Amino acid sequence: MGDLTEFSLPIRLFLKAYPWRRIDPVPWAPLQKPLAQCRLSLVSSAGFVLPGQTPFDAWIPGGDTSFREIRSDVDVRTLIDTHRSETFDHTGMREDPNLAFPIDRMRELAESGRIGSVNQRHLSFMGSITAPGRLMRQTAPEAAEWLVQDGVDMSLLVPV
Amino acid sequence: MCNQAVSLVAAELERQGISTVAIQLLREVAEKVRPPRALFVPFPHGYPLGRPKDPKGQHAVLEAALRLLEDETLKPPVLIDYAPPRD
Repeated sequence: MGDLTEFSLPIRLFLKAYPWRRIDPVPWAPLQKPLAQCRLSLVSSAGFVLPGQTPFDAWIPGGDTSFREIRSDVDVRTLIDTHRSETFDHTGMREDPNLAFPIDRMRELAESGRIGSVNQRHLSFMGSITAPGRLMRQTAPEAAEWLVQDGVDMSLLVPV
Repeated sequence: MCNQAVSLVAAELERQGISTVAIQLLREVAEKVRPPRALFVPFPHGYPLGRPKDPKGQHAVLEAALRLLEDETLKPPVLIDYAPPRD
């Protein structure tokens, strides 16, 4: 069960006191056409990188707000977990990166016709961002512009 | 922190016209941050789609998420609890 009791006491106290950013107003972009005609892109915060890509930086104060591009034809088994957090169990997503970056499942959904298509690129973040100002001001808008340019209709976002 | 990060990215995508659905692992964080469209899953951190090497189970979660995108009756912020299908 995903709740605070998973964490050690110091982490629980931090999370209890943390000033969570409240999205207000909540933006809303309903789908404009049937799912079977829509292009989907994944956004994962599991800290995955491809071989040769720069790992996420665990030492940036407030967190690493950068993101990596993961091409749609990636062999999911080649993804490397560089997430810095030791507050969760990495075993499952290392055994099967689809658990946090479900690109094989997306291809299957496109093949079955449930969704229209899988975008040619996807975005990988590392989620341990305690100071998200730069994420909100710079990297998230940049990520959104990429996906708008690609003609993406919808995104699935997967935290760990 | 991961839950907040993807929620903030989701909000930016929606502002730029892209529909989103975000998996969420901590209900109380999702209630505070308010991603536009969220599916709360009853799985431990590190396991957002359930079990590794379980395509059927992963597809069940993804299908629930896709249905949120299709549901024209929902109003933001949407936070729905995932109910695993009974086998």
